[in-house]
Parts: sequence; C-alpha cells; structure tokens
Amino acid sequence: MPQRQISYREALAEAIIEEMARDDRVFLMGEDVGVLGGAFGATPGIYAKFGGERVLDTPISETAIVGYALGAAMAGMRPIAEIMRVDWMTICMDEIVNQTAKMRYLSGGHPEVSLVIRAAAEGGIGLGGQHSQSFEAWFVHVPGLKVIMPSTPYDIKGLMKSAIRDPNPVICLEPGVLYGVSGPVPTEEYLIPLGEAEVKREGKDITIVAWGTMLPKTLNAAQTLAAEGVDVEVVDPRTLRPLDIDTVIASVKKTGKLIIAHEAMKTCGVGAEIAALVQERAFDHLDAPIQRVATPDVIIPVNRALERVVLPQEATIVNTVKAVI
Amino acid sequence: MPLTKEALLNMYRRMLTIRHFEEGITEFAKQGLVPGTGHVSIGEEAVAVGACSALADGDYIISTHRAHGHLLARGADIKVILAEVLGKATGCTGGKGGSMHLSDFSRQILGTNGIVGAGINIAGGVGLAIKMRQTGQICLGFFGDGAANRGTFHEGLNLAAVWKVPTVFVCTNNQYGLSMPQCKACGNIDISARASAYDMPGYRVDGTDVIAVYEAVKSAADRARKGDGPSLIEAISFRLRGHSMRMDQMPGGNVYRPEGEIDDWAANKDPVKIFRAKLKELGYLDDKKAGQIDAECQKLFDDAADFARNSPEPAPETAFTWIYAKEGVK
Repeated sequence: MPQRQISYREALAEAIIEEMARDDRVFLMGEDVGVLGGAFGATPGIYAKFGGERVLDTPISETAIVGYALGAAMAGMRPIAEIMRVDWMTICMDEIVNQTAKMRYLSGGHPEVSLVIRAAAEGGIGLGGQHSQSFEAWFVHVPGLKVIMPSTPYDIKGLMKSAIRDPNPVICLEPGVLYGVSGPVPTEEYLIPLGEAEVKREGKDITIVAWGTMLPKTLNAAQTLAAEGVDVEVVDPRTLRPLDIDTVIASVKKTGKLIIAHEAMKTCGVGAEIAALVQERAFDHLDAPIQRVATPDVIIPVNRALERVVLPQEATIVNTVKAVI
Repeated sequence: MPLTKEALLNMYRRMLTIRHFEEGITEFAKQGLVPGTGHVSIGEEAVAVGACSALADGDYIISTHRAHGHLLARGADIKVILAEVLGKATGCTGGKGGSMHLSDFSRQILGTNGIVGAGINIAGGVGLAIKMRQTGQICLGFFGDGAANRGTFHEGLNLAAVWKVPTVFVCTNNQYGLSMPQCKACGNIDISARASAYDMPGYRVDGTDVIAVYEAVKSAADRARKGDGPSLIEAISFRLRGHSMRMDQMPGGNVYRPEGEIDDWAANKDPVKIFRAKLKELGYLDDKKAGQIDAECQKLFDDAADFARNSPEPAPETAFTWIYAKEGVK
C-alpha cells in the first residue's frame, strides 16, 4: 500500500473526515472544534469541509456536550464529542458512566449508543495538575464503555474509523504530546479493529507493554538496550477495553519477563490489572516479578524539571529493565 | 382547537389509570413484591397526562425516576411497565432496570433515569438529532424542581436555546426534593422565570389542572415544531406521598411535612378529583359513568397485576446481556 508521512492530528482529522463523508449521521461537537479546529489543533480542516451544520462548537458545558451527544445517539445520530482534556471528563462523569455506558442495558437492549468521546490525555508539556492527567483506568473500570488510546498516526486513523462505526460508546484518549508527531499512514482506506494489540517491536529477553506517550519512550529505550545486548519485545494494547490480553500472554510466554509502562498513576492503574491477569494465566512462565513503570502518586507539577522527575522517562524504563534482567 | 369530550374523557381515564397503578404498587411494596423501591406521582397525574396529550405520534419523551405516570400517559403497555416495577422477565428491561428505568422504544419513550437532572441534556440531544435529521418531531423532557438546581439544568437549557432545538422542558414542581422544600432550595421559587435568562418562553401553570398543562405544553410543542426552539414549563403540583414507597414505610419517613399539609392538598388540590368535578360540570360525566370508568381503570391494573405477578423471574444468564451491542465494525 502506498504511504506518506503525516502527523497524528492529520491522521485523526482524516479519519473523521472520511467517516463524516461516508455516513451523514456522523457529526463532530465540542468546545472550539469549529473554526479553530480544536484547542490542541486536533481537528484541523473538518469545519472547512463540512461547515457549522455538522461541526458544532459548544459552550463550556461538559455535561451538555456528553448528554446531548447521548441523546442524539439515542435518536439515531453518531456523534463524535470532544472534551478538550481527559482531566475535564471528571465534570461529565455522570453522563459518561451512569448514562452513556449503561443506557443500552437499562433500556432493554434497545438503543444503539454509537458515539465517540475524544479527549487529549497525559502530560509532558508543562500544563500542570489539572491539564496533564491520564485517566484511562477510570473508564476501563466501567462495563458498557470501550476505551482506545492510540499512539501513532497509523493507529489513531484506523482505530478512530472503527470507533465511529462501532455500535457502542467508545472513549478515545489521545496523548497530547504526540499530536504533532508524524508517521507512515497508507493513502488507501483501512480500519483497525478495536481490541487488537500490536507487537510494535519483536524481542526475546523481556516484554514491555506500553501505551500513550510511554510507547515512543519504550521503543527508544528498547533501542538503547539493544546496543547493550538486551532484546526487548514491545506490545502496544492500543485498545484498553476490551483488552487483548492474549497477545500480552503470548509474549510473556516467549520472554518470561514483563514490565508494564504507562504514564497514569501507578496505584490502580491499568498496569495493575494487566499484572493480575498475567499472573492468573501465565504464572508458571514468569521468571521474575512483574514490574510497573508509572507516575508515582503525585500531582503533576508545571515546572519542566519537576514534571520530568515525576513522569516516567526513557531512562526509567532502561533502569527498570536492567533491574529485572 | 378545543379538546373534544372524547379526548377529555380519555385524559381522565389515563389519570385514573395512573392513580390506580400507583396505589396498587404501593400495596405491592408493602407486601415486599417491589425490589428496591419506586417513586409514585400520586397528586401529579395532571402534569403527566396534560403534557403527553399535547404530543403527536412519533414525538419523543425523556423522563425521571418518578415516571410511571409519564409512561402510562404516553400509552406504554401497563402490563409491561408493572412487570418491570416488579423486576420480572416480561418487563421492559427484563427486570434489570426496575421502576427507575422504564422505556418503550416503539413509542419513542427513550427512558427514565435514576440520576436527578440527567435527562435534561439527553432531551436536548434528542432535540438536536430531530433538528439535524429534519423529521418534524419534538422531544418532551420531564424533570422536577430538584433537578432545576443541578448544573445540568443550566447547561442543558442554555444549549437548547443556543441551538434552537425542538425540545419542550417540563418541570413538575411537586414542592419537594426528597425532604427539601422547594421554597428553601431556590433563590427565586419561580423556576419558570429562569427561561428569560435563556431567551426562551417560560410558563408557570397550575399543575393540578390537566387542561391548563395541556394548553401550555401544546403551545410550546407547536412552537418547537415550527422551528422556533425550546420552552420551559413549570407545572405547580404536589407530591401527596413520601419521596419513595420505601420511605413512606419508614417510621418518620415523612417527618419533614408540616402538619395537615398533605390532608389539605388531598382535599383541595387532588388533580383527579378536580378533573372529575370539571367533567361533571361540563356534563361529560355523571356518577354512574364515573363509576364505570373507575372500574375499567381498576381492571386494567388488576389484569396487569395478574400478568406481572405470574410472569417468570429473569433467567440468571440475562444479567450479562445488553452490556454491549453486537461486536464488530459495520
């Protein structure tokens, strides 16, 4: 397939544009998604193509953004609702957790609640305690939701298209620092099914499961370690609910060692769930205790040096691998 | 167009059906037949019936935790609703939702809600879909005076006004949010006055007068259908029972009600009695006919009770269905 290099945000916008062209029930709503193209520039060119009838700027009203998206979905539309940052999804947790996630179950299985709620996630750009968090575990904890966290232009495009077509509510968390990062994306249409992990780098000595901003950091760490003779396998779940644990376990059976790397807080992060699942299903294949690389339980500071202290870095991964090996 | 005699008598039947239904389930609750709890709307039937009578076929409604009346007023099957209240397999949610989660998608009743104020935004969103799809329907969103103090009220009504969605917001002001008197919960007790903040029409109507409610909602519905946007209607009503059937049975569960208040409203502001008197005054009803209608409505409940009580319990494996729609990309 012919490819070109485009950025994460361009790939995301392509996915939305293609799906809006394909299905007139699909529309985009949220704060500043229109003329501005998103506060983080995550939705460029969509307003220019479809106009204000299908790209709806909203007031700063997070409960209304998700509640309206839900109501519209129940009446046959397929909304894509942007909450600018995952930190502010706390404002509309009732709409997400009690309403959207449960609507089908509590309505006799009737409505297809086909909607996507997107938000920028994670830190790394000095935005501080209320603009830098990674709440994927909050949503993974809720039956009725699907959760994707793509880290490459290729993955965001293919997964976003599947998310829009999925008959269930999908939360898409987009690592804010990766919006401008480019990667190869085919010119032809493709979809990536939800719930399929990908081995991003093959190796035989140790498995690292990583997503979000930790994925590029882990791939860099793997290169550093390769020079020192350690062969790291990197698995990117891409979808966190439903989680493709089979791919993780297959890798652990090969390497015998597992590290999970995420930028979210360590306590009760998705890494804890993966560690529990692996020990339930592959205990005999483990040659060392499972380790987690994660942000310690602190509030993310603005100062860049302090932020680097708390957010896990490439060196954190390298050192953890060396300790396990 | 004034309501015909037949239409008025049908509205009376619906009000009486709701009354018998809720008196009946109150007895069932005392017998331990209702899982969890349920919230009856005895004293508020004129709001449900007046508002729903103003809708056309195909219009949507979104409702609250106190919704039996809204479902029955909109024509949902009394048997299926009662079965759901009793948690049976034949209920609209297969016994998984109960009294707070009633729906009938074949009648565009898109569901009721256990979270106070959550339906306001959903009703706005249904209106948005109607507007985008240009289907000519409207959506009626019920909520209560308690919900009017949630942030969702502000966010939902403001956005409805900005986008001019065809949603009619109907606030049943039954004077209490659980134990909190509305007069102590609102800086300005006139909830309808808030409509002016959103530049939408606001009406305050006597919620014990079914015709007054009908007329207000009809005018708001016509406006919405023409594309002129949302309205807010506050129907002043009264909750003649406790917050929930469970609290009604608790010692002290109604300790916050002033002495004599319920008796006074029951004697003077019972919407069923008021409407019956009105129909008699119009010459549409006499004691004999009233007795017949009463027996018909009681029979509707009794038949539904036979159906619901004889319905099977849900099979254990059904606890795991309906969490996700069919997997896969389409």
